[in-house]
Amino acid sequence: MRSLLVYMKQYKKESVLAPLFKMLEASFELMVPLVMAAIIDHGISTKDTGYIFKMGGILVLLAVVGLTSSVTAQYFSARAAVGFATKLRNALFSHIQDLSYTELDTLGTSTLITRMTSDVNQLQNGVNLTLRLLLRSPFIVFGAMIMAFTVDVKAALIFVVAIPLLAIVVFGIMIVSMPLYKKVQAALDKILGRTRENLAGARVIRAFCKEESEIAGFETENEILLNTQVFVGKISAAMNPVTYIIVNIALVVLLWTGAVRVDNGIITQGAVVALVNYMSQILVELVKMANLIIQITKALACAKRIESVFDVQVSMENGSVKQIMTHNDQEGIVFDKVCLTYNGGGDESLTDINFTVKMGQTIGIIGGTGSGKTSVVNLIPRFYDATKGSVQIGRRDIKEYDIDTLRQMIGVVPQKAVLFKGTIRENLLWGNENATEEELEYALEVSQAKEFVDTKEGRLDFMVAQGGKNLSGGQKQRLTIARAIVRSPRILILDDSASALDFATDAKLRQAIKDMNKDMIVIIVSQRSSSIQHADQIIVMEDGRVAGIGTHNQLLEQNEIYQEIYYSQFPKKKEAAK
Amino acid sequence: MKRKSNKEILVKVLQHIGRYKIFLFCSIVLAAISVILTLYIPILTGQAVDCILGPNAVDFNGILGILKTMVIVILLTAVVQWIMNTCNNKMAYQVVRDVRDEAFKKLEILPLKYIDGHSHGDIVSRIIADVDQFSDGLLMGFTQLFTGVVTIVGTLIFMLSISVSTTIVVVILTPLSFFIAGFIAKRTFNMSKAQSEIRGEQTALIDEMIGNEKVVKAFGHEPQIMNQFDEINGRLQKASVKAIFFSSLTNPCTRFVNSLVYAGVGILGAFLAIKGRISVGQLTSFLSYANQYTKPFNEISGVVTELQTALACAGRVFEFIEEESQIPDQENAVVLDASKGHIQMKNVYFSYNEGQKLIQGFHLDVQPGQRVAIVGPTGCGKTTVINLLMRFYDVNSGSIQIDGVDIRQMTRKSLRENFGMVLQETWLKTGTIRENIVMGKPDATQDEVVAAAKAAHAHSFIKRLPMGYDTVITEDGGSLSQGQKQLLCITRVMLCLPPMLILDEATSSIDTRTEIKISQAFHTLMKGRTSFIVAHRLSTIREADIILVMKDGNIIEQGNHETLLAKENGFYAKLYQSQ
Repeated sequence: MRSLLVYMKQYKKESVLAPLFKMLEASFELMVPLVMAAIIDHGISTKDTGYIFKMGGILVLLAVVGLTSSVTAQYFSARAAVGFATKLRNALFSHIQDLSYTELDTLGTSTLITRMTSDVNQLQNGVNLTLRLLLRSPFIVFGAMIMAFTVDVKAALIFVVAIPLLAIVVFGIMIVSMPLYKKVQAALDKILGRTRENLAGARVIRAFCKEESEIAGFETENEILLNTQVFVGKISAAMNPVTYIIVNIALVVLLWTGAVRVDNGIITQGAVVALVNYMSQILVELVKMANLIIQITKALACAKRIESVFDVQVSMENGSVKQIMTHNDQEGIVFDKVCLTYNGGGDESLTDINFTVKMGQTIGIIGGTGSGKTSVVNLIPRFYDATKGSVQIGRRDIKEYDIDTLRQMIGVVPQKAVLFKGTIRENLLWGNENATEEELEYALEVSQAKEFVDTKEGRLDFMVAQGGKNLSGGQKQRLTIARAIVRSPRILILDDSASALDFATDAKLRQAIKDMNKDMIVIIVSQRSSSIQHADQIIVMEDGRVAGIGTHNQLLEQNEIYQEIYYSQFPKKKEAAK
Repeated sequence: MKRKSNKEILVKVLQHIGRYKIFLFCSIVLAAISVILTLYIPILTGQAVDCILGPNAVDFNGILGILKTMVIVILLTAVVQWIMNTCNNKMAYQVVRDVRDEAFKKLEILPLKYIDGHSHGDIVSRIIADVDQFSDGLLMGFTQLFTGVVTIVGTLIFMLSISVSTTIVVVILTPLSFFIAGFIAKRTFNMSKAQSEIRGEQTALIDEMIGNEKVVKAFGHEPQIMNQFDEINGRLQKASVKAIFFSSLTNPCTRFVNSLVYAGVGILGAFLAIKGRISVGQLTSFLSYANQYTKPFNEISGVVTELQTALACAGRVFEFIEEESQIPDQENAVVLDASKGHIQMKNVYFSYNEGQKLIQGFHLDVQPGQRVAIVGPTGCGKTTVINLLMRFYDVNSGSIQIDGVDIRQMTRKSLRENFGMVLQETWLKTGTIRENIVMGKPDATQDEVVAAAKAAHAHSFIKRLPMGYDTVITEDGGSLSQGQKQLLCITRVMLCLPPMLILDEATSSIDTRTEIKISQAFHTLMKGRTSFIVAHRLSTIREADIILVMKDGNIIEQGNHETLLAKENGFYAKLYQSQ
């Protein structure tokens, strides 16, 4: 939590004023028993009606002043808590934007989203409650004790014994039950997980006749949950009765002591009533405090989770070169003995990759599932850093480039066609904010998206729903390609991004891209032989290694794996080759 | 869906409490006792105060008696409270356990039609969140409501027994706090709504952008998104401050009303005391009642809304539990031992929804060991045939027979054990890789597992995982790629070797080369086994004995590869040429 306090800085004033006004309210509350005692001791015994009215007026006044300071406190605390949460959310979001792929993989998307939303909200509530109550409750408890001292020192000693005792009981029970509640949560998570699994896997579970064993498993887990709950319940059920005993026994002792002291003429009857009132104020506050502490513990847990995201350091260092590659660089991209191991990923995913791409070349990468095709292209825009060896663009290690500059040169079309909520135009402008209308149209044409965009209402202003749900898979793919083309990149990477297109469109697309820019390097990753067949160089990947590089004809002659892939898709050609 | 009335739901709830009636009964009785005892303390305190009149005017004997009674009452209250709490807990948690068990059992016998047709998130929240809500709200809410009412009635009686006029002051002033709370709640409602709308907008942005963070980064779009985020964040801040501030006014305001009540009782009580109508001690009792009296009112207004939500939740849970189950196995159902694999479909009619015709008058006769491939465009009913074979769905009319017996006359368990199934949608459960593989054959040895994995070409990637076969995979496969998941599902079937096979797009996410290797393995596997293969890729189905070409739920062509290809302008021939 400590490291998060910086986001509170701007709200220093509010976070001081809020508790201050709360304490003010509390002090007025603490006056009430004294006023009442005065009414009893002076008003009633001397039958002074004017005095009673005056004191009654004071009670109302105390109530009004109390209300005012409390409202002020609520205002400041709301401002401070919300302000803090706003700053925190902002910083967290910005931090996430800085993370690299490696960190995103480790943290996981869904975790990040819950951190950003529910955790921050919980923390906001926690801060709000803390500002309002954390000082107030102890203040009333100790304030009541101090007021008791002003009434009568000896009687007040009862408070001195009772309060620590209460504190021990309340905190003791909480400390014991807190970890148990965590256990309850864990048990609940388990049965939730099983339920979800059984829904998603209903067919498989039934196909393997696993219903009985799933039910048995659920019942066992459910029983564990029950036992933990009942156990925790027994402990926390003791809280109220025990505190009740302590406070009321203290009350009994107080009455007895009071009786003795009144008999000796040391204090008055009104004073005894005041002491009794203070005792009951303490009881009320303690209950509130116990609840508050539960809330704060929850909020602290959230704070810890948020902090853990902040603690994740960006593993990639930025370079300084802001100059993009030039046409004269003969060697466009060079992979020099590149190896890659993903974080926590056991074996190497890429081993000793070597190849060189000249300016203007089209490269095809082909290979089986999990052979490392995507891993190779992910290294080029520095989505991941090679663990060994180096990747160079324009004769410079890509680590020397400023990352934004580097990615500016590259247009990537990822495997998963992702579009964002907004118009088609807005989506295309992701590629280049300053693109002209002509450039957008051109990109649509090249990506073969024009024909369907033309049929959409409003064309470029057609609203794409979140996740592109109102477009078909092939349409989405073509738009993501257009988006990359809008960048007019030096290097265009198509990562299996034409899989939803039919063969004819795929071919037209490849031709159009070829005609775009003579200097552009195009890298096509595909499982389809036909998509890469005409590339200047084809890289065949197998188990994270390069199994062959060459043109289609060379590979078809020499490379066994390539032959297998090719003939698996063109069986008729095989017969012809024989 | 029929909505249950609150009364019906209550009856249901009571039925579930039935087993734990004794707890409920104890809880109610003890609650009443504890409330009355608690309310008795201020009276005793007042009496004690009355014994303390002044110097040398203290009735020590009287006090001693009162204090003794007090100690007994206190201890009794504590014990009663503890037992009551424990009773409540036991009852609530056990009811929850029972309801959850029941719901989960239901889940396993629901027709797939229900599971396919309902959002899984919704069902999960019924079994988990709704059950919790309903136990918290209904069981706890009920006791709170009960004690609240008893407290109010008790306090009123005690107060009236002391002084009628002072009681009237309390009774008149208290509703003020209700009024104020209601006023604030109404005002706050709109602000909270505004707040949650903006929050929703922000969550949507977070969800979209962080969910696709990699694309954001690839296009260096971070600054633009940051701006967008800032703008929403700013609006959220304004709305939140308002909403939170106004809703936090409730407490100070009701406290204010309380203070007014207190002052009123103080002034009036003092006058009455002067006139000798009440004693100082009684005034003390009154003041502590005045402090307590408004509390149950505030609580009750909260409890009522909570009870309503709880009832709604209970309704959702029971609605789920009472969904129609799948038709149970017939009493004299046959157990299908090792089937020969002779499958017949006779005049089968089936559709998922009434009014939307799908399969009509379907005939098929598959001899033991034959291989049947089903091809056709998306939505033509390929997967439906499998749903029917496995009895995930029942035919509307007609019959499906295996070895001459209608599958509805067999136990589902024995029917399904005879099929090995690999589906397009891969599903893995949380657990180790091995646990996932041995699903169909829990007693398989390590050697058998490895052999199966090798046959499915899954061994090499499993080996590379951090813990090999003992690697724990999270819900639905987690970090595994789609293709890897599919390989695991194939391994699962390779291990248990049932007499009949169903492969529904089993290799759709696997590259063609691995696919060919696997299909060699399948080839051996299918020898002597009746098998059904659904596939998009025609290359995988060329070797089938029967190819069914389906369109709109009907078989439009039937034959083997050669005969179908020979048909000029045949659907299959066209399909084949286009690939």
